[in-house]
Amino acid sequence: MNDITQGLLAALRLILTFDAELWEISLRSLKVSLTAVIIASAVAMPFGAFLAVKRFKYRRLVISIMNALMGLPPVVVGLIFYILLSRSGPFGVFGLLFTPWAMIIVQIVIITPIIASISHQATRELWAEYHDLLISLNTSKWQRIKTLIWDGRRNLLTAGLAGFGRAIGEVGAIMIVGGNIEHATRVLTTAIALETGKGDFALALGLGFVLIGLALFVNISIHWLSRTEREGRW
Amino acid sequence: MFPLILSNLSVRRHGKTVLGPIDLVIDQGGPTMVIGPNGSGKTTLLRVMHGIEHISEGTVDWAQPDHANHAYVFQSPVVLRRTVAENLSYPLSLINLPKLEINAAVEYWIERIGLGKVANRSATRLSGGERQKLAIARALIRNPEVLFLDEPCSNLDGQSTREIETLLLETATAGTRVIMATHDMGQARRLAADVIFMKSGRIAETGLAPDVFDAPQTPDLQAFLKGDILE
Ligand SMILES: Nc1ncnc2c1ncn2[C@@H]1O[C@H](COP(=O)(O)OP(=O)(O)OP(=O)(O)O)[C@@H](O)[C@H]1O
Ligand SMILES: [Mg+2]
Repeated sequence: MNDITQGLLAALRLILTFDAELWEISLRSLKVSLTAVIIASAVAMPFGAFLAVKRFKYRRLVISIMNALMGLPPVVVGLIFYILLSRSGPFGVFGLLFTPWAMIIVQIVIITPIIASISHQATRELWAEYHDLLISLNTSKWQRIKTLIWDGRRNLLTAGLAGFGRAIGEVGAIMIVGGNIEHATRVLTTAIALETGKGDFALALGLGFVLIGLALFVNISIHWLSRTEREGRW
Repeated sequence: MFPLILSNLSVRRHGKTVLGPIDLVIDQGGPTMVIGPNGSGKTTLLRVMHGIEHISEGTVDWAQPDHANHAYVFQSPVVLRRTVAENLSYPLSLINLPKLEINAAVEYWIERIGLGKVANRSATRLSGGERQKLAIARALIRNPEVLFLDEPCSNLDGQSTREIETLLLETATAGTRVIMATHDMGQARRLAADVIFMKSGRIAETGLAPDVFDAPQTPDLQAFLKGDILE
């Protein structure tokens, strides 16, 4: 209990003094995870909608694989990308290992199935509603996908937020491919792991509270944004 | 566009024939009312003519095949989760019409169906009658040569029904071929130039409205018009 009070106090002190290192790693956490969410969403949302709209031979198999990939262990993803990105690996020439881009890449791999699966769920329901009309209007596949994404945007936002929550809280994979290097790849989760290892529970907990606060802040601001829209036009 | 010729047409679902065999010629004119008891195949017939129902046998031939020139209003209206104005602009945005033309058409139709005041409100909040009018205006906004409607006035009160009937008669006068299923025999009498009477997936009787209503030939239609329950 004492540790938790200490942690809260440490968090408060770090925030109130605008601790430079805290700012740096918090911003990096945000930047890495938001970039991953944006890129993953750009792929996963149209893909989810595509699965809702298009009937093809191996559709059920693809959906099963997508759902299975949601349970992909992040540490294993990290390990595989460590091998792929290391100097001697097939993508070694790009020099990405131990950079923020390596962390972004593994986060994309981890959250794309989640975003795709929730997007598929949401657009499938909408498609059942819209099916007859969109067929009757002679729409192309791409027009159907665009319509479902636009009209389902509030549910797709939830999909994006689920991905974001998973990404910003992830530690195993980015530790492996990022290396937790000070001023380069250290983010909130890896810093927490480090401080815990060093035995500085107060600082670790302080960082933990900042992490929770950040995740809440992003969720609330996005919900608030979508609510303003609803009140204005819906 | 016309004539539209259905020959030896059947639709089967799960091994059961739900429509056909049907031979039918539809020419210029109308409005045509499709009547018949529940499950007699009215919806299926309209969907087949519109080209959105899988055919098991036979053919549907338009003199000049151009699917984009049909429009269809469904038995329960589909409302896009967008504003009323965006529902109306949707079919036009699909064919990349210039923004100015889209806006002009939307403004015209939104006033015509009396929804100008709620133009920027979500269409999902409209009442049943308003939804139906919106669905009809959205179908008409591309200026279709043929308009199919599947019981557009079921669940509507007299006032809404009258507004929709007026709109449909104006549409027909303006040259759109109206083909519509209805349960309401009063409505069928008010709107029909000719009638298709369906029973058990087949066309049991067709003819011009006065003949069909005043001198029905088949016992089934005689019973149906009297309000008897058909076997
Ligand atoms: N996809 C389907 N699978 C199985 N049966 C179907 C399908 N679609 C229609 N049917 C059956 O086909 C028959 C005709 O249906 P249809 O909807 O065309 O009738 P309807 O005259 O429009 O009836 P209602 O007046 O109730 O709207 C019904 O018996 C219905 O159960
Ligand atoms: Mg029907």
